[in-house]
Amino acid sequence: MAVYVSLPWPMVLTAIFPYGTVRHPYDSVWPIVRSDFGNVKRGVLRYRLCCRLLCRVVIKEKDLKILVPVKRVVDYNVKVRVKADASGVDLANVKMSMNPFDEIAIEEAVRLREAGIATEVVAVSAGLANCQETLRTAMAIGADRGILIQTEVELQPLAVAKLLKAVCDKEQPQIVICGKQAIDDDANQTGQMLAGLMGWPQAAFASKVVVAGQQATVTREIDGGLETIEVALPAVLTADLRLNEPRYATLPNIMKAKRKPLETVTPEALGVDVAARLKTLKVAEPPKRSAGIKVADAADLVMKLKTEAKVI
Amino acid sequence: MAILLIAEHDNASIKAATLNTLTAATKIGGDIHLLIAGSACAAAAEAAAKLAGVSKVLLADAPHYADQSPENLAALVVANAAAYAHIVAAATTGGKNFMPRVAALLDVAQISEIVAVEAPDTFVRPIYAGNVLATVQSADSIKVITVRATAFDAAGEGGNAAVESLAAGPDLGQSKLIGRELTKSERPELTAAKVIVAGGRGMGSGDNFHKLLEPLADKLGAALGASRAAVDAGFVPNDYQVGQTGKIVAPQLYIAVGISGAIQHLAGMKDSKVIVAINKDAEAPIFQVADYGLVGDLFEALPALLAELGG
Repeated sequence: MAVYVSLPWPMVLTAIFPYGTVRHPYDSVWPIVRSDFGNVKRGVLRYRLCCRLLCRVVIKEKDLKILVPVKRVVDYNVKVRVKADASGVDLANVKMSMNPFDEIAIEEAVRLREAGIATEVVAVSAGLANCQETLRTAMAIGADRGILIQTEVELQPLAVAKLLKAVCDKEQPQIVICGKQAIDDDANQTGQMLAGLMGWPQAAFASKVVVAGQQATVTREIDGGLETIEVALPAVLTADLRLNEPRYATLPNIMKAKRKPLETVTPEALGVDVAARLKTLKVAEPPKRSAGIKVADAADLVMKLKTEAKVI
Repeated sequence: MAILLIAEHDNASIKAATLNTLTAATKIGGDIHLLIAGSACAAAAEAAAKLAGVSKVLLADAPHYADQSPENLAALVVANAAAYAHIVAAATTGGKNFMPRVAALLDVAQISEIVAVEAPDTFVRPIYAGNVLATVQSADSIKVITVRATAFDAAGEGGNAAVESLAAGPDLGQSKLIGRELTKSERPELTAAKVIVAGGRGMGSGDNFHKLLEPLADKLGAALGASRAAVDAGFVPNDYQVGQTGKIVAPQLYIAVGISGAIQHLAGMKDSKVIVAINKDAEAPIFQVADYGLVGDLFEALPALLAELGG
């Protein structure tokens, strides 16, 4: 389809419809097909087919691709445990899911495509081979295709941002929507880092996104309330909790997702050095809070807060 | 090598989280240079110069720093980064926004939300919603760090640092501020409050927040907080949210009313000194961390509590 995109519009039209086109009152271009003047029935069918083809070409010409990075993390309901040797968190036989913020990011991208603003949603994941499952989930929500950057190396946010930059250089998306943070390392870095590496504007912690033309108007959640900014595309957005409520993937869509294209690349092929910059020396569980006492009533509570805890 | 601390301010005064961040910087050790980037922000620079432990205040005053856009701010910090071994800011929504951009432009890792300084290159930070503490060592020449304010005491006054002007960078013009809707409140700021009264889904409605929780908060001079469920239900604005992805608080007294205590909520408040829980479900997980639990209907307990406090 890239050929159509690069060709000037009149040339495309002449190539497909040598008999010319007419302007439709509803502002779309309708082709004249030779058989329109002959067999009416067949002519109508061909006419419709041509219109469909034309529609595709029209959409392709206003290409707006959205890239959504998704991370496979320990499910948010799992209470993680530290390994006995304090080297890390025990991930054996633990339920894994898509990072909840990334689900919100995918949902937003898919809604933009459904609204006719975006034309393609590409999900990207980096990590072990089983990140494929996360990509399939993204495609079941509605992403059109997936890219897996497969590696055994433990990836830190800077490395992920560099991998995503390599993918952006190739895919040329207009918008990247990341989740604002992953619920495993709680770093809250990758989207902002990617924006920096690309030299693009960033709109982090988005709770509302409106895309019009070459601009996105984004409402952001900040400490004191809300802030609305306008950024020129291409840009990186990061999704906060209240951006939307992601849909549940339906069974037909899960089945359909299995047939969607999934490309696998490696960091080496992308020419990115993913070596870790931070070394984890140890992990530990924080000191536990133990349950206190139950008080009988409000009077008892106030008395204890005054005399025992001395906080009021 | 010195430490560059990027202050958060409103052009007139320094935000509270910066004072805690200053204490964290003091623990790293070395001269601390405080950067004030803003527009007509000389007053903020003067306030910064009085802080104990600051050896120099750098003032970048230009119209395009007024909105603290991450693109312009990160470019300014990166242009001046070479002289520093550490670049530090508070892990507020402001710091979280521009600091990773700084790190990426310097090609170094960022160490997010540290809660302790073990050595100039080794820090402790919470992961998995605070259920695990990781001790990490950075191999980078410049350490870019955000600091969880509640983990450090606030620095006091008593300094007398020189204020030096810093040449402003160009305006990148990549984003434009349309407007801000800030929640107006007479109450103390959530992250700096000594007492917090927080409500959950059990409150039932935004009206009940007004009628039952606000008088209690006023009586105790407390800030109002909420669980994610209460915010999602539309009872209160989003900036009330306490938890893993909302605000992290550590007041002297935290009163959780009608909050069941999901781990994501506990992540935001379990470092509070004293926790009080009021909930009708005796099995609610909040009671496992509460020092004082009151099992009962909050619609009876709250008026009774207010009466006891002499309201």
